Amino acid sequence: MKELNYDAAIIGGGVTGCAIARELSRYQLNICVIEREEDVCSGTSKSNSAIVHAGYDAEPGSLKARFNTEGNRIMGDLSKALDFSFVRNGSLVLCFSEEDRPSLNALYEKGLKNGVPQLSILTGDEVRAMEPSVSETVVAALYAPTGGIVCPFGLTIALAENACDNGTDFLFETEIETINKTDSGYDLISSDKIIHATYVVNAAGVYSDQIHNMVSESKLHIIPRKGDYCLLDKEAGNLVSHTIFQLPGKMGKGVLVTPTVHGNLLTGPTAINVTDKEETSTTAQELADIMEKAAWGVNNIPFRQVITSFSGLRAHEEGDDFVVGEVKDADGFFDAAGMESPGLSSAPAVGAYLAEQIALKANAKKKENFIETRKGIINPQKLSLEERGELIRKDPRYGTIICRCEGISEGEISDAVTRTLGAVSVDGVKRRVRAGMGRCQSGFCIPKTMEILARETGRNMEDICKNRSGSNLLTGKRQGGE
Amino acid sequence: MEERELICICCPLGCPMTVRIDNGAVTVTGNSCARGAEYGEKEVLSPTRVVTSTVKVIDGEFAMVPVKTKTDIPKGKIFDCMKEIQKASVHAPVAIGDVIIENCAGTGVSIVAARNVKNHN
Amino acid sequence: MTEHDIVIIGGGPAGLAAAAAAKKAGTEDILILEREGHLGGILNQCIHNGFGLHTFKEELTGPEYASRYIDMIEKEQIPYKLNTMVLSISSDRVLTVINREEGLIQIKAGAVILAMGCRERPRGALNIPGYRPAGIYSAGTAQRLMNLDGYEVGKEVVILGSGDIGLIMARRMTLEGAKVKVVAELMPYSGGLKRNIVQCLDDYGIPLKLSHTVVEIHGKERVTGVTLAAVDEKRRPVPGTEEYYSCDTLLLSVGLIPENELSKSAGVDLDQITGGPVVNDCLETSISGVFACGNVLHVHDLVDYVSEEAALAGRSAAAYAGSQKEEPSSSNIRIRAVNGVRYTVPQFVNRESEADQWKIRFRVSDVYRDRYISIYYGDERVYHKKKKVLAPGEMEQVAIKKESLEKYPDLAEIVICTEED
Repeated sequence: MKELNYDAAIIGGGVTGCAIARELSRYQLNICVIEREEDVCSGTSKSNSAIVHAGYDAEPGSLKARFNTEGNRIMGDLSKALDFSFVRNGSLVLCFSEEDRPSLNALYEKGLKNGVPQLSILTGDEVRAMEPSVSETVVAALYAPTGGIVCPFGLTIALAENACDNGTDFLFETEIETINKTDSGYDLISSDKIIHATYVVNAAGVYSDQIHNMVSESKLHIIPRKGDYCLLDKEAGNLVSHTIFQLPGKMGKGVLVTPTVHGNLLTGPTAINVTDKEETSTTAQELADIMEKAAWGVNNIPFRQVITSFSGLRAHEEGDDFVVGEVKDADGFFDAAGMESPGLSSAPAVGAYLAEQIALKANAKKKENFIETRKGIINPQKLSLEERGELIRKDPRYGTIICRCEGISEGEISDAVTRTLGAVSVDGVKRRVRAGMGRCQSGFCIPKTMEILARETGRNMEDICKNRSGSNLLTGKRQGGE
Repeated sequence: MEERELICICCPLGCPMTVRIDNGAVTVTGNSCARGAEYGEKEVLSPTRVVTSTVKVIDGEFAMVPVKTKTDIPKGKIFDCMKEIQKASVHAPVAIGDVIIENCAGTGVSIVAARNVKNHN
Repeated sequence: MTEHDIVIIGGGPAGLAAAAAAKKAGTEDILILEREGHLGGILNQCIHNGFGLHTFKEELTGPEYASRYIDMIEKEQIPYKLNTMVLSISSDRVLTVINREEGLIQIKAGAVILAMGCRERPRGALNIPGYRPAGIYSAGTAQRLMNLDGYEVGKEVVILGSGDIGLIMARRMTLEGAKVKVVAELMPYSGGLKRNIVQCLDDYGIPLKLSHTVVEIHGKERVTGVTLAAVDEKRRPVPGTEEYYSCDTLLLSVGLIPENELSKSAGVDLDQITGGPVVNDCLETSISGVFACGNVLHVHDLVDYVSEEAALAGRSAAAYAGSQKEEPSSSNIRIRAVNGVRYTVPQFVNRESEADQWKIRFRVSDVYRDRYISIYYGDERVYHKKKKVLAPGEMEQVAIKKESLEKYPDLAEIVICTEED
């Protein structure tokens, strides 16, 4: 058993854990992030709606409302500092009948109470003038110009890399099974490590109740809420330009239709409570549901152009709000639990808040040389022809295209593997540079991506995994004789 | 008298044929060409196949070279041949037609290369 | 910016045959652009035999067929660039091209031949429910990893799709020691050649389940099994018919899609049914001087037809590059595919073209027995031939003689259809 010592240990390498790590790394503390998968952004953070909510939906006075509004406010500046994709494209909540108008107005009022700026209610015609694909059945809509879309992988990985650049350790494939309270803090015990930490942050996603309940008598109960999504080809990406929500009404709870920062069209999610915290299998019924419901509000969604579907679990806590803060009967143990929607939007704000709380308790001083910014992986397609040519002259790997559908070069994939907290799996590469996210879904590029991973990490092709251990892509190699 | 229905595999047409074996005499009907008749008879008396696979290349520009049995071999010997092919390897350069394995699995038929492979230097 | 008389995008069977024909027709300045490190295209991984029966009267493996054309290219000293990807084509035939040695360059082409081939439809496009584990491969990707790189992709396999690629891989994996448990096919008939059913499935006792599909994929890290179900006449899964098969690999052979991203960037009109460019009898697209051939134009079954088609494109491009002609002709006659004929290539013929006759290739929509292929000029039926069997998986062709149109000077449309009598 390996024994490690830290001032603060954050359990969970999703967007919440990485946001906390990044903010906490401003202080002179030894910090680690403990993640059970092989990479950051491997749980709910990689399978969600990628929306930065404006903040009208949360209950006024709740932690969701507070952190959503704050997170939305700072996301723009953060995206520039940490170099990830964020677009404030605006949200529309569609109302399908006059009967539901009171609900729409109630949402508007909530938004005002939550301090959401620039909210307004539009008529059906005004909505259709903005979005010609919106259905004629829409009578009104709530318009929130501050709503946005983000790359959830980009955000999480950027936070993680910056935390790492600022001295945070990341312990992967480490699952905490037992927590013991000690005189000096907590012992976090996995199958092969004991991590002694003075302060612990619980950012363990759908497992955050399990982690919390190891130290506290006041139990949390997380109900995993499964959401399936259908992602459509970039050809469908400009069907709508705003994020289109459907007001829950007499037809039931709708689904959203939104462009993504990458140019695809995303539809979903469904919402089904499950008991198995590993249940991320899409179902035929849910996929059919998405297609039916998405069409309520938006005409002519070309579902023939679906390129993939996926599923994620939201961590819904029974108390219906985030659980953020020090646990009353566990001194030095901080929760960031129940981070279902608007968890992604709120993460940077929750990170800042908890970091401040912990630093206060630890009486920690700020670092003088905190690295405030982080440069992401170059996207040569955003450069001019001359700049791109110059890049290839400097590093010829940018001249070999690996992912034909998305136009990703070997230079970018190599960067993804060799940089801070580099990808160790095919999915890790995919989340950093989009290789494999295109319409052929890695059919063309996966052999080449695997080769680059094997070469850059000094492993055999047979050891390359899609994501966590056991997801090997190959089962052997032809040896031949001599 | 035995009668078998089979599909000719000589060319992509895939003619449905009937092969009648009467006291050792074989008649084929339904074929569109002479090769089909030949195949029909062979298929019921002593079926053969051409086997294609790959062999590991040492020092080649490619990791594997595609190979084939030079002519058809008895169907029953396919997996014996495959065992030898899987154990084999060849040094680059390789030229189309190069014999990689002589008399594979005692069939008398060689395994030959089906692609030119240069040395990777 | 460099200039070449003919630039060919793709160094696979179509590109190579087009290049050889263009050279033979008199064009000297030809350049082939190939994204892989070698010429030959998809043939390099098609190590099975069955190629070349028409072209060379021999039965060759894919790599052998490719090498015949590669030899021609080398002999004729036709230049080619490897590891080179075309990023876009403008409507005035300026190609933006990328490779390691030259970086990002632009090439002006007198004529362009599109020969980019096709890609495979992935699981995502079928929206098969379940987990997203490792071990799901499109058949071509598995074929590449096995045949070119020498890896084992799986030990226990279920294959969805009985087109030729699925059948070939069933045999290939079995020969390499894997257990192929079943091949499931959505349609009530197999999409592949009958000979492949015999030598890929029957030979190895691999069952074929027609009118079946995969309704769920199991396994979080790696595939642990799939659930198959029967489908009704509308191809929808029938509840209660589910059957679980344990396996560690799911191979998908569920459709090939012509790869026309570049064609779209140039503004070429695409045919919704083929997924490839609309072309005339010279295989010229809607953009002057841009020609198309091979799988990018429409998915072929036999490489011999690809070579034949590509040679026509090569000759046409040579004629175009040689003349000063820029204006597309206005005397085009549309060919309409109806009533059982799914599509034709070409979609237009030109009365003024040099050729005496045109080869019209087409596919039917369903399996038909004892049906007629008919051609109508207006109301008059000018061709009526009975065919014992017609199948969607087997490309057909008819010839139309130019002189047959002399009596129909005002004809704007030729109809090709199937008829029961």
